[in-house]
Amino acid sequence: MYQYDNYDQAIVDARVDEFRDQVQRRLANEITEDEFKPLRLMNGLYLQLHAYMLRVAIPYGTLSSKQLHMLAHIARRYDRDYAHFTTRQNLQYNWMKLHETPDLLADLASVEMHAIQTSGNCIRNISSDQFAGAAADEVADPRPYAELLRQWSSFHPEFSFLPRKFKIAVTASATDRAALQLHDIGLQLIEQGGELGFRVLVGGGMGRTPMIGHWIREWVPVRQYLSYCEAILRVYNRYGRRDNIYKARIKILVHELGAEEFTRQVEAEWTLLEPLGIDAPPAEYDRIVAQFADPAYDTAAPDTLDRSDPDFAVWVDQNVHAHKQPGYAIATISLKPKGGIPGDASSAQMHLIAELAERYSVSEIRVTHSQNLVLAHVRKADLHALWSALAEADLATPNLDLVTDIIACPGLDYCTLANARSIPVAQKIAARFADLDRQRDIGEMKIKVSGCINACGHHHAGHIGILGVDKKGEEAYQLSLGGSGAEDASLAKILGPGFSEAGVVDAVEKVIEKYREVRASPDERFLDTYRRLGDAPFKEAVYG
Amino acid sequence: MIKLLTGNELLTGDVVWWNGSAWSLHLRDAVPVEPGDPILDHTIAAERVNDPVLIDAEPGTPPAPRTAREKIRGVGPSVRPDLARA
Amino acid sequence: MVEDQQAVAGAAPPPLDDAPATLRFRADAPDDGSLVPLADFLGDSNAAAVRLDPADDPRTLLPVLDRVRLIEVAFPKFRDGRGYSSARILREAGYTGELRAAGDVLLDQMVFLRRIGFDSFAPAKPLELALVDAALARFPYVYQTSSDGRPPVWALRHG
Repeated sequence: MYQYDNYDQAIVDARVDEFRDQVQRRLANEITEDEFKPLRLMNGLYLQLHAYMLRVAIPYGTLSSKQLHMLAHIARRYDRDYAHFTTRQNLQYNWMKLHETPDLLADLASVEMHAIQTSGNCIRNISSDQFAGAAADEVADPRPYAELLRQWSSFHPEFSFLPRKFKIAVTASATDRAALQLHDIGLQLIEQGGELGFRVLVGGGMGRTPMIGHWIREWVPVRQYLSYCEAILRVYNRYGRRDNIYKARIKILVHELGAEEFTRQVEAEWTLLEPLGIDAPPAEYDRIVAQFADPAYDTAAPDTLDRSDPDFAVWVDQNVHAHKQPGYAIATISLKPKGGIPGDASSAQMHLIAELAERYSVSEIRVTHSQNLVLAHVRKADLHALWSALAEADLATPNLDLVTDIIACPGLDYCTLANARSIPVAQKIAARFADLDRQRDIGEMKIKVSGCINACGHHHAGHIGILGVDKKGEEAYQLSLGGSGAEDASLAKILGPGFSEAGVVDAVEKVIEKYREVRASPDERFLDTYRRLGDAPFKEAVYG
Repeated sequence: MIKLLTGNELLTGDVVWWNGSAWSLHLRDAVPVEPGDPILDHTIAAERVNDPVLIDAEPGTPPAPRTAREKIRGVGPSVRPDLARA
Repeated sequence: MVEDQQAVAGAAPPPLDDAPATLRFRADAPDDGSLVPLADFLGDSNAAAVRLDPADDPRTLLPVLDRVRLIEVAFPKFRDGRGYSSARILREAGYTGELRAAGDVLLDQMVFLRRIGFDSFAPAKPLELALVDAALARFPYVYQTSSDGRPPVWALRHG
C-alpha cells in the first residue's frame, strides 16, 4: 500500500499545526463559531447529539495493521473504547473533546493518517473496491489512481468552497463493489488496445433526490483523468446551485442542464485545462503503482481447503471469496454480530484484527462500504486458523450479504441530523431472522437503514431500504423495495404508508415471506423477484 | 409543557442544561426557562456553549423532554445503556 | 439545523469601495480609477478597474483584458466559492494585473486565495498581518498545479 514520503508527511504535519492553531484561536474567542465551524468540518470534526464526532479518513478503504493498532489505541485513549466504520470506508469516533483533537490528529499523522476533508463542501474521501488488488475480475488495481486523486484533491485551492460535498469512487471491474453509479464522479478503469483509461460517470447520489449517474465519457486516458476531473469540478463550482442546500449537489446540475449540455460544458473547459500541466507525469504514476504491487505470494500454497469442520464450512461459503492467485482467498470479517451494532468494533477487536492481518494477510485490512472489514490476501491453508481466532472475538458471523448483514447509519442515537433511530431497527430485524438456516434460505438480501433523508445508510440502494422520519416528534419508518448499488444500479421505491418501529420489522418479515412464496426458484434473489413481479404482491402482503 | 435551555459545551461537546445559575451535565438539574429570558441571548453571544436552544419538556424530576431526539440527548445512545449519563 | 449548510447565493455583495486594498502583494502602484461593475465595464472604454460579483462570468472580460489593470472579485459570503474559479480563469487567460479579493475574506482562506492568483485583499474584517504571514508560510508543499506557479509535489519528486 501507499507509504508517505517526506513531502506527504510534511503536508499532514503542517495541517495538524494549522488545526491546533485554529482550535487555540477559537478557544481564545479570536474567531467566532460561524468562522470556526467550516474549519473544523474540513478536519472532519462534527458536533453531534452527545459530543464531537471525528471522522478519520481511510483512503480508498485500505489500512495497514500499524494504522489499525493506532486507531484502536486512539479509541481507548481519547474515546470510549470503540469506533464505527462507515459506508464511505471511513472511521468515526463518537466522544471527542475539542481541545484533545489536535493531539489525536498528531497521533494519526504519526502513522500516515488524517481527517482531512472528511467533511465540508469539498472533495471527500476517494472510495474504491474492497477487493482491489485481489479480485480476479479487475483490469488493474484501482487504488493507485485513487491515491493520485487523493493527493490532487487535498487542499485544492479552487475547490475548497464548493456548493456542497463531493464524493468520488474508483473501480476497475465490471462487477461494481463500490456503488460507483451513486457517486458525484465515478471512474471505472478499463483497458483499450493495451492502454488504460477511464469511463467517467457524473451526477449519481443519494440524499433527498437520489439519482443514478450518467456516463459522460467512455474513454479518458489514465494520463489525463486529473485534468478531466478538474474540468468537471470547475463547471460544478461555477454553476452548481447555491440557493438551496437540498439542490446543491452536482447531480441536480446535471439533471437541470441535461447530461448532454453538462458534458458539452465539461469538454469545453477541459480543452482549456488539459494543456496547463495539471496531470501528473508518467514517473509519478509509476512511483505510486509500484507501491501497490502484488504481495510476495507463496506459490507453493495449497489450493485445496479442508471443510470438515461444519461451522467453518458455513463461514467459508458465505464470507470467503475467490482470489486471483491460486492458494489464496479473500476473507470478509463481519461487523454485524448477533445483538451487535452494525459497523462498530471495540478497541480489543481492532487490535486483534490488526494482529490477524499481520499474521495472515500481509498486514493489510480493507473497509467495505457495507461496514465490514476484509483481509484480502489470506492463504487458504490459514483460513481455518483465522476463522477460529475471529470466532473467539465474535467476528466470525457467517452473514455476508445475508438478511442480517444490515447497513445502518448511526441514526438518532448519535446524529444531530437524524429523525429516527436506525440501529435498533437493524438489531430487531437481525434478531427476527437470527436463524442461520433461514438466512441462507432467503439468500442475498441487502437491507439498508437511514435515520434521515441524508441517506448515509444508503437506503435508496437497498434491496429493502428503510428511512427514518419524524412524525410530530415521534419516530416513524418508510419502507422501500428494489434498490441496488451494484452494476445493475436502481433506486428503491417506497412501498406505501409508513410504520412504527415494531411495524416496520413486521413489514420486512412479510415482504421476505412473500418473496419466498412467489420466487421462481430458491436461487432467484429477492431483488430479481421484485424486478420480475413489481411491488404489487409485496404491497398486498404488507398492507392487505 | 415547560421550556429547558440546552446546548453542547464548546470544549468537550458535552450536552449541558441550564440550572438557573450555571450549566449542568445532568438533565435532572434543568430548570424551566421563559422564552425571552436574557440567558439565551447571553449564551449565544458568549460562544462557549454551541447551538443553545429552548426545548419543550414535561415538568418532573427529571423533566421529560417531549421529542425522541431530546429524550436521547438527555440520556445517551439508547443502544449503549452502559454509556448513559446519570 | 444542518451544520454549515446555509444557502449563500443571493447574499448582498460588499459595497463598492475604491480605497486601495489593505493587503497587497504587488510592487507596482495601485490603480486609482473607480471600480465599475462588469455590466458597465464592457461599454466604458475609459474604465480600467472592474468588479466581478459571484455570478459574473470572468470570460466576458477576455476580449478587453488588455485594458484591465484591476479586477476585484467580490466575496459576499466566504462559503460562496465561485470567485475562486473566476480568479483562476483570469490568470489562466494571461491576466497579469491586480486581482483583488474583497468582502468576507478570512485568514484561513489566504493560502487558497494566493494560490489561485489573488495578489491583493480588501477584507471586510481587518486581518492581522503577522497571522497572514504565518498562514502563508505554514504549508511547505502543495499537491496540485495552480496559478501561483508553485511546483506540485510530483514535480519536486521527479525533477
